Amino acid sequence: MDTDHDAIPPDAPDEDRRFFLKQSMFIAGLSMAPADFLQTAQALEDAPTGNAVKVRLSLTINGKRRRISIDPRMTLLDLLRENLGLTGTKKGCDFGQCGACTVHIDGRRTLSCLTFAVMQHGAKVTTIEGLSEGEKLHPLQEAFIKHDGFQCGYCTPGQVMSGVACIREGHAGSAEEVREYMSGNLCRCGAYPNIVDAILEVKKEGSKV
Amino acid sequence: MKRQTLENPSDTSLSRVDGAVKVTGRATYSAEYAVPELVHAVLVTSTIAKGSITTIESREAEAVPGVLAVISHLNAITVPGWPPKKQPAERMPVGTAFRVFYDPLIYFDGQPVAMVVAGTREQAVHAASLVRVTYQKETHQTHFEKNIHQSGIAQNVQRSKNSPFQDYERGDAGALANADVKIEAEYTIPTQHHQPLEPHAIIAIWEAEDKLTVYDKNQGVKSAQGQLAQAFKVPRENVQVVATYIGGAFGSGIRVWPHTMAAVMAAKQLKRPVKLVLGREQMFTSVGYRPYNKQKISIGAGKDGRLAGIIHEGTGQTSMYEEHLERTVLASRALYASPHVATRYRLLPLDVGTPTWMRGPGDATGTFALESAMDELAYALKMDPLEFRLKNYAESDPERNLPWSAKSLRECYELGAEKIGWKNRLREPRSVKRNGMLLGYGMASSLYGFHRHPSKARAVMHADGSVTVQSATMDIGPGTGTAMMRIVSKVLGLNAKKIRFELGHSALPDAPGQNGSSTIPSVGSAVHAACEALKGKLIGLAREMPRGTGQEWSGVVRNGQVLGSGDDKEGISYADILKHHHLNELEVTEESKSGAERDQYSMYSFGCHFVEVEVDPLTCEVRVTRVVTCADVGAIINYKTARSQSIGGIVGGIGMALMEHSAMDHRFGRYVTTDFAGYHIPVNADVPPIEVYYIDKPDMQANPIGSKGLGEIAIVGVAGAIANAVFHATGKRVRELPITPEKLI
Repeated sequence: MDTDHDAIPPDAPDEDRRFFLKQSMFIAGLSMAPADFLQTAQALEDAPTGNAVKVRLSLTINGKRRRISIDPRMTLLDLLRENLGLTGTKKGCDFGQCGACTVHIDGRRTLSCLTFAVMQHGAKVTTIEGLSEGEKLHPLQEAFIKHDGFQCGYCTPGQVMSGVACIREGHAGSAEEVREYMSGNLCRCGAYPNIVDAILEVKKEGSKV
Repeated sequence: MKRQTLENPSDTSLSRVDGAVKVTGRATYSAEYAVPELVHAVLVTSTIAKGSITTIESREAEAVPGVLAVISHLNAITVPGWPPKKQPAERMPVGTAFRVFYDPLIYFDGQPVAMVVAGTREQAVHAASLVRVTYQKETHQTHFEKNIHQSGIAQNVQRSKNSPFQDYERGDAGALANADVKIEAEYTIPTQHHQPLEPHAIIAIWEAEDKLTVYDKNQGVKSAQGQLAQAFKVPRENVQVVATYIGGAFGSGIRVWPHTMAAVMAAKQLKRPVKLVLGREQMFTSVGYRPYNKQKISIGAGKDGRLAGIIHEGTGQTSMYEEHLERTVLASRALYASPHVATRYRLLPLDVGTPTWMRGPGDATGTFALESAMDELAYALKMDPLEFRLKNYAESDPERNLPWSAKSLRECYELGAEKIGWKNRLREPRSVKRNGMLLGYGMASSLYGFHRHPSKARAVMHADGSVTVQSATMDIGPGTGTAMMRIVSKVLGLNAKKIRFELGHSALPDAPGQNGSSTIPSVGSAVHAACEALKGKLIGLAREMPRGTGQEWSGVVRNGQVLGSGDDKEGISYADILKHHHLNELEVTEESKSGAERDQYSMYSFGCHFVEVEVDPLTCEVRVTRVVTCADVGAIINYKTARSQSIGGIVGGIGMALMEHSAMDHRFGRYVTTDFAGYHIPVNADVPPIEVYYIDKPDMQANPIGSKGLGEIAIVGVAGAIANAVFHATGKRVRELPITPEKLI
């Protein structure tokens, strides 16, 4: 893989952000640039990737800062799955319609398939792999197992990430509310009633989510 | 009768054994294996439904940095198991599986015509957009309704006298003509797609010239192994198929599809491991679907409510090159004690891809028509729909004239009716409102034939007294491993923590694919047999060991021990038995299959669904507000996971009844609903509380564990029950699925 993902020390200066801004303006310029300029620009950059240049960015994934050089066409989802080996975040539709790719960006549930990785410079991303600490499961993960909130398990990481956010947002007040606020996460096996039970239980017990 | 609930303290269900890996994202699905040197493939698909490719312009795509190849019929490797190509190309005869990149002929829109392989997915996606394909178009026929006059008996059925799809008739045809009350109606179900959340995916690796490993999403590793070995003419054992975790399938993984072949061909051609993941839109053209079908039912009864006769005709869509047959009309032969029954089943070949089995194939569609017709006739007779069904209860199989191996459908009806409060229902349609909504209750029966295939399982006792049990069975979601551990635990008297169950790998002992609700009956029986044999060996070994005077080792095992007999119950642990005999391991492999009982009994799973709906009188939106489902599937192996499977079937049935419809633009022969925005499946807010009940009475005629299949029967009948509830709420009978608001206005 072409990805360079050295961890950046947490106290690193904020030059990454400036670098990124410079580069993103450069990319924006490219989209309007004549073809000959494009060629020159490519020659200046690292190894070209198809018709696009590579972009460097840094972001924090599951508490670890990473400096990465990527194809700007790459979604955050593909970055996680294909380049970083974080395959817990699932690709269900790639159109933002199923929720399987739900991650938290700066605490907010987000569809990583509709998010270009280059747009997340400086962001804090939490995936299913970073939800719990070590071997200890997050209370909602425990509740999913207890209430059998899944069958095939493919939508599950997205359901869990969305469920945690649903509770944090204060949208887990009743079964009806949970059903509404969890309707962006499809489950073809039909585990919905069990998912609702799991979320309501965690909310009711008042566990820290 | 056990009425377990999850909260019931007596419930000893296991939570899913793979629960922790699934909720933490550590379960590895087909596309997720880290393989060195992996390259990415993206398919280019046809934009016409019939004709042939004239040119493929791929130079621009090939020039994209990172692109390794653009593969098509022009340059693909020869698959040794396929017949030599003809010049000019000829259309495949009926009964031929589609061969990818074989010749320039186009059989359906969305057919793979080329594949770009590149270093990264982004490169491959971009390059695929640059491949230009031109075609010689021919007139296509994709419109079911306009072509139904072309339907006929399948060639395959014409050749096979014993085919269950032959025309069938019993009793006196005049009985129906003279019945006091008759109805005749047509029912339509459009094409529906499985759409599991995980897209089909494969990683193909040629480890050597004649040695292949694939990580492939499918429902049968042994069958995929056999088909790939045959196609590439390599010894079977040189092909290994791995599918440990499967993100749902519902039938879409029963076959080896063209995209799987394409990836394996590319890996061979490029001598690199190739990963191919279908896009969601390709999931509508690449892995089958529930075929468009139309049914006609003529049904009549005497004033006393006894059925006089049923004529059930059905026509299903298929492709031009394969005949896909389903049990669409077969339920009408066995579900009720009707003296006269006639069934006819026809196929309509169109310029479309071949359909495949989708959860409850044939029976889910057939019972929508039959159970709607039964409801219509009950209203025409001014009888309660449940009472009408009970009046025609089949005490033995009216089709085969055999006793049922077991049938507790009456108990299902009673339990379901009690739970939903059926006796409080007012019979008059459109007579009750709740919070301004029209309220309706409907019910339907369900049945599904029993399938048990020869299966093997290996059980290995380790020195520490733990056991590993293996079988090449699958888990597409029901929780196969969890249920198998229950069986192992019960036979060997072992705590689940000391049991490991391995599945989803073609190197394991033979097992059928996961389809037709056959896993528990087939593989469960093999696991039971292997563990019984292992237990026998352990008891035998124990009996060779010294014991106190007058004492014997009993034949009883508990807590990982063979117990003593007589007053001294002290046992000896499995670990000590192996240690005494200087054994590191103790291994047995057993095969289990059906015997003569299949000729002595008729075997089915049975059940019924009771549904409550609310219909908005203004917008005609239908909401399912409550479901009670009750099934008689013999013994329930693991209640917790079984219950989830039943709930999943109901949710699938809600989709089938109210929203799922793959719409095609016939000008192009192309689906227009090619994502989840166009093709609606139920979301969380569409699903009400669902109550699940089982009779849980072992059917010991069926197999040694007394358990029949659950996966299909969970959905069979659901669409009918919902349609009947909608009629009760609105007074409007909708005979064409899905029941969308415009059909109620």
